[in-house]
Amino acid sequence: MRSNRLFGNDGVSCDDVAAALPGIVDGDQVADLDVQRHVAACLRCQAELVQYRRLLRTLHQLRTEVLEPAPGLVPEVLAAIEAAGERRAMHHLLNGRRVAYVGGIAAATAAGAAGAILANRARHRRVRLAS
Amino acid sequence: MVIPSEEARLVAAAKAGDADAFSELVRATEADIYTLAYRLTGNAEDARDVAQEAYLRAFKSLKKFRGDARFSTWMYRITANCASTQLSKRSKGRHEELAEDDTVVDERPESDPETMAEAGAMRDRVTAALGDLPPILRAVVVLRDVYDLPHEAIASELGITESAAKVRLHRARRKLRERLFPTGEEKARAV
Repeated sequence: MRSNRLFGNDGVSCDDVAAALPGIVDGDQVADLDVQRHVAACLRCQAELVQYRRLLRTLHQLRTEVLEPAPGLVPEVLAAIEAAGERRAMHHLLNGRRVAYVGGIAAATAAGAAGAILANRARHRRVRLAS
Repeated sequence: MVIPSEEARLVAAAKAGDADAFSELVRATEADIYTLAYRLTGNAEDARDVAQEAYLRAFKSLKKFRGDARFSTWMYRITANCASTQLSKRSKGRHEELAEDDTVVDERPESDPETMAEAGAMRDRVTAALGDLPPILRAVVVLRDVYDLPHEAIASELGITESAAKVRLHRARRKLRERLFPTGEEKARAV
């Protein structure tokens, strides 16, 4: 564990600084004045800050390293895309057929209902004429 | 790596339905995307699956890509999301050493051999330390400190709040520092 020593009148301990350093090392968070004063006076916290800076620099450098995947990744990706494309086309086709089928039934039902109504009206007309 | 103007042309062509243009984008970015997937998952098999899934998702949602960022940056976000899904499928994270067929290619310009050797040793140690981090911490520090994604993007792709992403980042940095530069007390604790 770290010691909880205080330095001067800043009221900030090395533990407080240790908690703040991961956030302030890249300027993402701003260190308050007391923390800044503490770091300026504390060799231990200065050393820790340097370590964080070195860590971040090295992490940034990792960006330039690339791992070469074993051969075959690109053909696999393209084949997966093609297969997905075919699946999608099949899905559209089936959906289209389903819509046409449901539409056909609806049209046939509507035509039947319309026919029944017309036949009913014609029958009523014939009855009226006969009377 | 493709130059931005060429990349924009390929993206436009792919959006218009040119499959060859998309293939070209895959070829230009595969090593980069695979590397990110490897860094996030920690093993070659998962990295391959994640890269494949990421490209498939990208292809399906290519029309939504507005071109505000580089295609590769957009791919990083999709890859992060796919890796997060993959890792959550696993009951516990697996940590494997680099497979023999995963050749590390250093693309940095040459400099002083002594400095390079020292920097190389430090990179190896950082890579090993990253591999030992829990996946949820590793993902955040890799996306932020290696790939420079903003907190908001990281939070969005990992399905966490921005403040949770920051807390994880700080915890990850602290763990890495303690591992790389142990104090006497930390060394004693590690034994």
